[in-house]
Amino acid sequence: MQSLDVQKRSATTTTPPSVRVAEEPVAKLIDISKCIGCKACQVACMQWNDLRDEITFHPGYNNPVDLSDQSWTVMRFAEVQREDGRLDWLIRKDGCMHCEDPGCLKACPAPGAIVKYANGIVDFVSENCIGCGYCLTGCPFNIPRISKKDNKAYKCTLCSDRVAVGLEPACVKTCPTGAIVFGSKVDMIHHAEGRIADLKERGYSNAALYDPQGVGGTHVMYVLQHGDQPELYAGLPKDPSISPLVSLWKGIAKPLMSFGIGLAVFAGFFHFVTAGPKEVEEEETD
Amino acid sequence: MSTLIQRYSASERNNHWLVAIAFILAALSGLALFHPAFFFLTNLFGGGTWTRILHPFIGAVMFLFFIVMAARFWRPNRITPADRQWMRRIGDVIRNRDEGLPEPGKYNAGQKYLFWVLVIGIPVLLVSGIFIWQPWFAPFFPIWLLRVAVVVHALAAWIIILGIVVHVYAAIWVKGTIRAMTRGTVSAAWAKHHHRAWYRETTGK
Repeated sequence: MQSLDVQKRSATTTTPPSVRVAEEPVAKLIDISKCIGCKACQVACMQWNDLRDEITFHPGYNNPVDLSDQSWTVMRFAEVQREDGRLDWLIRKDGCMHCEDPGCLKACPAPGAIVKYANGIVDFVSENCIGCGYCLTGCPFNIPRISKKDNKAYKCTLCSDRVAVGLEPACVKTCPTGAIVFGSKVDMIHHAEGRIADLKERGYSNAALYDPQGVGGTHVMYVLQHGDQPELYAGLPKDPSISPLVSLWKGIAKPLMSFGIGLAVFAGFFHFVTAGPKEVEEEETD
Repeated sequence: MSTLIQRYSASERNNHWLVAIAFILAALSGLALFHPAFFFLTNLFGGGTWTRILHPFIGAVMFLFFIVMAARFWRPNRITPADRQWMRRIGDVIRNRDEGLPEPGKYNAGQKYLFWVLVIGIPVLLVSGIFIWQPWFAPFFPIWLLRVAVVVHALAAWIIILGIVVHVYAAIWVKGTIRAMTRGTVSAAWAKHHHRAWYRETTGK
């Protein structure tokens, strides 16, 4: 399946198949100014992916309150008072952002447990997942969740199975207001520009596209009314990036340290060959 | 046949080898998840998932036996001024020029420093390991702590692995040493040459 060409593969040090260059990167655009918080996307996600989260009751609108192995997307509701005293009800559909430079994939020690397809989708290949939880440390958005049932990590797949056969993700399909749209990333950026111009006309002078460059851009983007303050949207990070504890560590330190261990073993061997063993003459005994 | 001197009791030997076996298993399973080049080692443990499951338990077993061993070997490993002098002549030791070295007791300075590296390093491994132990403990800690713990755990393990490489090599290099841990005894000549102060103390000569 060409649209499922693997471009990056976790814990793999050789170049994955990458000669096909015509693959169009995709993106899901979530226009928060159009979202009415109906949670149809949550339902569609569970329905398509055969997930059923535990039914719970909470005060407030967030339900389920958090992402889980059974809830790959949740609406996060934030009530924000604007400078002019009016209320903004900001509802953000949270879930995997499908980073161009995925921290989860970088942190993962299991070969092929996390892959990034040429179309930009970051997918967990659960049968290769060993359940170590390192992906949690790599993710700047706090998205992956470890299942209590099988100890494997789960998150939004951007409906890679649907996209592979030319369908849009389930949440996009079901969204009744058109707040979620899907297409090529170029088209989605273009679409967002129109929406942002519209919002600016209506007084949202800081409206902006959220496509954070700290992770190389994302394949899930938001149109934010308050683009200068993404934190208002239930803590959306302003400038997310992979923690240096993960990136430097995985990037440079570990190959050097592995080399160091090998060097120590060789140093011992060649020392033995050069200096020889320490032997004591039995005559030394009195 | 020269006389033999008792260096380790059977109980001390068994203690040492229990720690050693646990260490080797922990190191192999840990390296498997440290860098993709070593991932093939997961095959020794029944695959990636089994490696992830077993590694922390092996580490906990190692910690428990190490605590007992450290308590037993604590006293003769205290650093003395003579050890610092011995360390200054490490170049001569490496070149097998042992004449006129300060006389080590039961342990020389190199052995002592390894001991203290382990005394600090193994508890660090235990604590940092608990923070990242899926699924039992990791879910109770914040993600920033997991990030730090992963790095601290790997760094401590790396230092200890290097230390143990030196430890194993030293045992091979210094002839007559390995039997101290396999049979419990060493030759009097070995003791006199390598651990003269301990030799005097033990034999009264």
